[in-house]
Amino acid sequence: MLFLIIKRILLGLITLFIVSLITFVGTEILPGDACTTYLERQAFGEQLEACYRRLGLNIPAYERYVSWAVNAIQGDFGYSLSGEMPIKEVLGPRIKNSLVLASVAIFIGIPIALILGIVTALWRDKLPDVAISTVTIFAMTIPEFISATLLILIIAIWLEWLPGIVIVPTDVSFFELLPNIILPVIAIAMIMTAHMARMVRSSVIQVMASEYVQMAILKGVPYWKMVFKHVLPNALLPAINVVALTIAWLLGGVVVTEVVFNYPGLGRLVIESISNRDLPTVQALAIILASIYVSINLLADLMTLMLNPRLKTLQIRK
Amino acid sequence: MKLDNIYKEEKKSNFAKVSDIIITMASRPSGFIGLSILVFHVILAFISPFIAPYDFKAINPSLMLQAPSAEYWFGTDDLGRDVFTRTILGGRTALTITFFGSLIALLWGGLLGIFCGLVGGKTDDIVMRIVDAFLSIPWILAMLLIVSLLGTSTEVLIPALGFFYGKGIVRVARAATHDVIAKDFIVSARARGHSNFSIIWNEIIPNVRDAILVEGAMRWSWMLLGFSSLSFLGFGVSPPTPDWGLMISNARGLMSFAYWSVIAPIVGLSSLIIGINLTADAFAKALGIDRSTKAPV
Repeated sequence: MLFLIIKRILLGLITLFIVSLITFVGTEILPGDACTTYLERQAFGEQLEACYRRLGLNIPAYERYVSWAVNAIQGDFGYSLSGEMPIKEVLGPRIKNSLVLASVAIFIGIPIALILGIVTALWRDKLPDVAISTVTIFAMTIPEFISATLLILIIAIWLEWLPGIVIVPTDVSFFELLPNIILPVIAIAMIMTAHMARMVRSSVIQVMASEYVQMAILKGVPYWKMVFKHVLPNALLPAINVVALTIAWLLGGVVVTEVVFNYPGLGRLVIESISNRDLPTVQALAIILASIYVSINLLADLMTLMLNPRLKTLQIRK
Repeated sequence: MKLDNIYKEEKKSNFAKVSDIIITMASRPSGFIGLSILVFHVILAFISPFIAPYDFKAINPSLMLQAPSAEYWFGTDDLGRDVFTRTILGGRTALTITFFGSLIALLWGGLLGIFCGLVGGKTDDIVMRIVDAFLSIPWILAMLLIVSLLGTSTEVLIPALGFFYGKGIVRVARAATHDVIAKDFIVSARARGHSNFSIIWNEIIPNVRDAILVEGAMRWSWMLLGFSSLSFLGFGVSPPTPDWGLMISNARGLMSFAYWSVIAPIVGLSSLIIGINLTADAFAKALGIDRSTKAPV
């Protein structure tokens, strides 16, 4: 068990190491370096020299990688070209804002997804299932920018219930931020909930078809007791991984939603730093988003391990 | 008698097999709807240049933001261009780029996955670590970086999309290969001294083809979503080419008084993505593969 946990953690670290290599090599082999890309037509003479010196681009690539990696581990990602300040300081409020958005969406999304998934599975192919499944298919296939745009059009413009876009500074406090995030949260939670509900549904259906549930039915265990005691605990375990992947997607992949609502989170920083051709920030974002992805998956794996008695005994036997 | 039947079953031509699958797909309501939408969009993509009533790039300031009328069915946009014309033309670039992109993704992802599944060992470990690393970088960050440094031409977009949507297929193909690799026919092919290439081509591909094709079909809809998002963010098709993502992003600022110019491309893009999705689902069910437990990777 312990060995397995250590192995998972090591694999995660190796993945992160490769990610850092990929982002470094990637920005290295694509045409232009951070300075010429950023300065564009003014990339000559004194200005270019100064930029090179600031980023330390005049030393060999592998040395630069080592020093960058050593600093990055300590939380220092270097200097943001467009922000004119250390990347650390640019990132701080952005991460906080994205976390607020994500945690509210998760907080709302997971219970709804569980209820929808269980309802659709228990009434499989009946009216509630057909209706809810149709809606979830729509919610998860339609691109984020379309559902977000439609939300703004209907709720903000036609009904005039809520403001359409977020107009707050990046470093606003939590309670000032809250009323602004309703629409972005709905847009994100919709897609997330749809994905999770479908997963829960198929998981519950699988368990319902298993032999021990059939046995319980034959023995005359009351229906709801069977559902809550025998089906759900077993059905929700595999859902943990999907929830983790969805959360990881939520933290990194909401770029488009954040742009639509003008929300000052990590996603908009991705677009801003790429439009500004600020390669050091892009590198830092790649590493941070990848670490979030890796650690959430790791957490989900560990949780599945801890909660699954079968896996535990399996490991001991081995 | 019974043997005769089995023999006939195997003698079915490829054409008959494909039409069988399509009939099975269309026999479900969702599959039928999906297939009809997809066929409609493909036909539209081919004929739209011939049926478009106006020039898609003709700017006419006197016709700015006209509401839908008999003359301009979906109204006009902020530059006085006909929204109907631009909407029926808007799917061509996206369909073409993502179709070839998914072909590339299928090919490299499928082959690499099968190869890794077959050889196993160190090579497999190393390749899978790299694939994992690529999976953990958000695709949109990588795509935006590539596009902003290399440009948004088709020659950049197709391979880049093909590459980034293929890495998930590597895993699926590898898992599917693992399922067949221990079977007797592979062991006996090894014992007969067949080369890896021959085993892959004759024994593994026929057995994992279905799983990979289904995955590819699903990737196609995700790629379309990704590509439209790029266009929406201004990193995809360059104007004045009509493209739904771009049209939505342009019309968004004006939608409080000209909602028609944003609704038309939204309907176009959503229907195509839903169509491909339903088709891919029906395709999976027709081949007997359960996709519903897959996470959104």
